Amino acid sequence: MGPQSDSFEELAMPLFDQLYNFANWLTRNREEAEDLVQETYTKALKGFTSFQPGTNFRAWMYRILRNTFLTSRTGLKATMTVPLDSEEGDSELAIEPDTPETILIGRSNVEHLQKAIEELPVYYREILLLCELEEMSYQEMAETLTIPLGTVMSRLSRARRTLRNSLSGIKKGAKYGL
Amino acid sequence: MACESWIAKLDVYLDGELEEGEMRSLDAHIHGCTLCAAEALKRVQMKRAVKVAGRHFTANPDFKRRVQSSIGMKTGRRNWRSWGLLAAFASILVVAGALIYSVVTQSGNKQVYSEIADLHVSMLASPTPVDVVSSDRHTVKPWFQGKIPFSFDLPELSNLSNNEITLVGGRMTYLEQAPGAHLVYKLRKHQVSVFIFREDSLRQKLGPRAFAIKSESFNVETWSRDGLRYFVIGDASAADLDRVASLFKSGALQSWVTKSVCRGTRHIPVYLS
Repeated sequence: MGPQSDSFEELAMPLFDQLYNFANWLTRNREEAEDLVQETYTKALKGFTSFQPGTNFRAWMYRILRNTFLTSRTGLKATMTVPLDSEEGDSELAIEPDTPETILIGRSNVEHLQKAIEELPVYYREILLLCELEEMSYQEMAETLTIPLGTVMSRLSRARRTLRNSLSGIKKGAKYGL
Repeated sequence: MACESWIAKLDVYLDGELEEGEMRSLDAHIHGCTLCAAEALKRVQMKRAVKVAGRHFTANPDFKRRVQSSIGMKTGRRNWRSWGLLAAFASILVVAGALIYSVVTQSGNKQVYSEIADLHVSMLASPTPVDVVSSDRHTVKPWFQGKIPFSFDLPELSNLSNNEITLVGGRMTYLEQAPGAHLVYKLRKHQVSVFIFREDSLRQKLGPRAFAIKSESFNVETWSRDGLRYFVIGDASAADLDRVASLFKSGALQSWVTKSVCRGTRHIPVYLS
């Protein structure tokens, strides 16, 4: 291993915990997540010569992980049921007295939110987590997901709306003892 | 522009991705519209909640080591290094540790101020900003009995030469899941919040010395006395807030805090984060 692998490690290992967390959210299975992370690091090391210094390394790593996931059996299965994105604008929900946010805060229940995130379609789950958890900019998300900026905005908006609706559903379910 | 149009842009605004001009306009609108401010607050809370919920999976250390090995990090690589280098490395670690501690503490402090600002904004946006409505401190103080695990005194305002500071009322509140008192004062046209918590119930230690900062466009002053932590926050000037703080710190109080712990009282935290 030469200086190139040293520099790859320096750049890639600080991202390990985040990538592992993200892989788990994508696969929803610990063993598959480990395989996915291992494969991502192996592919990234092999392809490191093609990485352009000065460009966004984090987005590059996430892109490899995501593409690896999408071509896996679980990934293919997960993406088969996802609706296509459209570039049409989203109409926001009107303000309601019982909003998902107040329900969430009232219940103080992280588990409910984790369940709601887990049940999101994979395209919504990944963009929501890249935005809120990894705090990626819209441009960085566009690079990671290889989609146009407009699609980032519309998909993110839809992901948030779906999550809010899902949390409202949790409340209704609880109301009727489900 | 109607509120609906602003609300449609709220998420992009909170993501910090709105075009600069629109960012300023929406910022100004939120400061003047309680409806949009409340909606923005809810969305900020949702963003924070997703962040907390999202950090969910931790890798097994063995697995991390396996991946490190597979990309070339050999554990024996350090062997060629001299003891001198190791000593230098250890010194760097000590300095880095101190720096990290300082950064983490500052970050924790920032979060406390941010939560205090959130509580103040929630009060401003609420249709019922206080649960006990009275300008009489002898009505407001007893209302907290049995609701919070300590006691405190409110300053006597009738001795002041003018009536520009008036007590509006109070409500219970929570910071870092610890119960406390939230008092609301009117200072001319400004609404000012005074928060009181037991110092030992807060994870973040801010120190006893009084100091003032600016958090999310609000001025904040905080100090600790007799085991209680005080925060004064509002959009009034720092000098005005200092006057309110002085009432609590100085002789305007008839008697100072007599701390008592309410044993057997259970408080159910509702604050998320």
